[in-house]
Amino acid sequence: MWNWIQRFSSPKYFYDMSAMLIPWFAISALLVGVYGLYLGLFVAPTDYQQGESYRIIFVHVPAAWMSLFIYMVMAVSAAIGLIWQIRLADMVAAASAPIGASFTFLALVTGMLWGKPMWGAYWVWDARLTSELILLFLYFGYMALQSAIEDQRSADKASGLLAIVGVVNIPIIHYSVEWWNTLHQGATVTKFDKPSMHVDMLIPLLLMAVAFQLFYAAVVLIRTRNEALYRDRNRRWVRELIGRM
Amino acid sequence: MGGYAFFVWTSYALTFVVVIANIVSPIVQRKKVISRIKRTIRREQLQKQDNV
Amino acid sequence: MFNAFSHLLIRDLRLALRNRHELANPLIFFVLVVSLFPLAVTPTPEALRAMAPGVIWVSALLAVLLSLDRLFKQDYEDGSLDQLMLSPNPLMILVLAKVLAHWLLTGLPLVIIAPLLGLFMSLPMEAIDVLIYSLLLGTPVLSLVGAIGVSLTVAVNRGGVLLSLIILPLYIPILIFGANAVDVAADSMSVRGQLLFLGAVLALALSLAPLATAVALRITASR
Repeated sequence: MWNWIQRFSSPKYFYDMSAMLIPWFAISALLVGVYGLYLGLFVAPTDYQQGESYRIIFVHVPAAWMSLFIYMVMAVSAAIGLIWQIRLADMVAAASAPIGASFTFLALVTGMLWGKPMWGAYWVWDARLTSELILLFLYFGYMALQSAIEDQRSADKASGLLAIVGVVNIPIIHYSVEWWNTLHQGATVTKFDKPSMHVDMLIPLLLMAVAFQLFYAAVVLIRTRNEALYRDRNRRWVRELIGRM
Repeated sequence: MGGYAFFVWTSYALTFVVVIANIVSPIVQRKKVISRIKRTIRREQLQKQDNV
Repeated sequence: MFNAFSHLLIRDLRLALRNRHELANPLIFFVLVVSLFPLAVTPTPEALRAMAPGVIWVSALLAVLLSLDRLFKQDYEDGSLDQLMLSPNPLMILVLAKVLAHWLLTGLPLVIIAPLLGLFMSLPMEAIDVLIYSLLLGTPVLSLVGAIGVSLTVAVNRGGVLLSLIILPLYIPILIFGANAVDVAADSMSVRGQLLFLGAVLALALSLAPLATAVALRITASR
């Protein structure tokens, strides 16, 4: 069993296998995304309260979901790398961070663009936006620590530990910010909490979420392959591979 | 878009930008990694020739 | 094991007391930064009272952050950290001793001088009480969580800003509940929930932070 895991988690094996997977993920992401966008922008009905501006949720909500999901993936991969010393897991974590940060950024700016028509201001300190902002800081901290430490193994393990500490903190931070926000709500009632959603709006939302997932899968595979090449740059399999290029 | 055109379309435009950036960046990164390794191979070959 | 703990604690305290003047720095920083706000904004009592909880808490946060360097840097540079890591005693316990020393030297003085700053910022008496309790519960957490950050960055050159970037997001829940406790106490409302939360976070930090710090030290500082 352990041999099996070691074989499948070798960077070289991963590099060869992933080449086949990437096109599948990329194309399905494109198809699902286009269909979801079509349904969301042209088929879903106008919202009673928010008019047409609600359509931003079809990118804002999936982006926010991805920002959290990718952080989880980062933390779990880092834990696997730390506990079982599987280098591929460290590579996946490092590869995921910039992707997660970009989705967090997207969630923030689309949240701001949704906020202006809703509340009249681009930025309000509501629970969702504030939590996303803090999540962005957590991503930056991870990436900064990775690049600050020279030795690759130490850098992976240190930033991996930071990711795990961050994951433990995320529920605490989220709860604190929610609680803090209910105190200071004032006139801005957060319309982000959708009570129940019309199914015609729910379906494009879920489709976009799936599309983003498939997109992340494709991109993280490409990035992880780059990490594998770079980290094993002095090993034979890479040298032979590059030599053939 | 009921007067909200700017907000909705800017959001989707930014989504598009982020998606493109996430595609272009790893591809550029890959090229850089490969060319760097190639340079290292080249340098080592030259050093070997010098040593002979 | 308790011997090692108390020896390390006393050693750290003694070493710090040799540079007595350096000890006052975080304290002076704390008072200085809080004093900047009346100067920068307005000295009217109502405005001061409104911003007091946040200003005092953020300044305390920054003062602790700036002082975290002393936790491991000197030991890393002169080799004592290596000795600690080679010790047969669990590194977790040794870390706890160092963190306790750090808190006694930085956190506790902040708690002691906080009432004065409460007066500076026109806080009513009930709020000053709660200020002390909240800082008493919060500053140990700041030292404990701060230790994780320091251990991750101890081998990085000029890692000070990196340390802040890593730790400040983790400090946010403590800041929220600590400052809020003082805020509602000034309006004579119950602060039980907030203080219980701070207590719970302290318990969590006491059990997990030394472990995380020990793991981080073995990652970054073993040679």
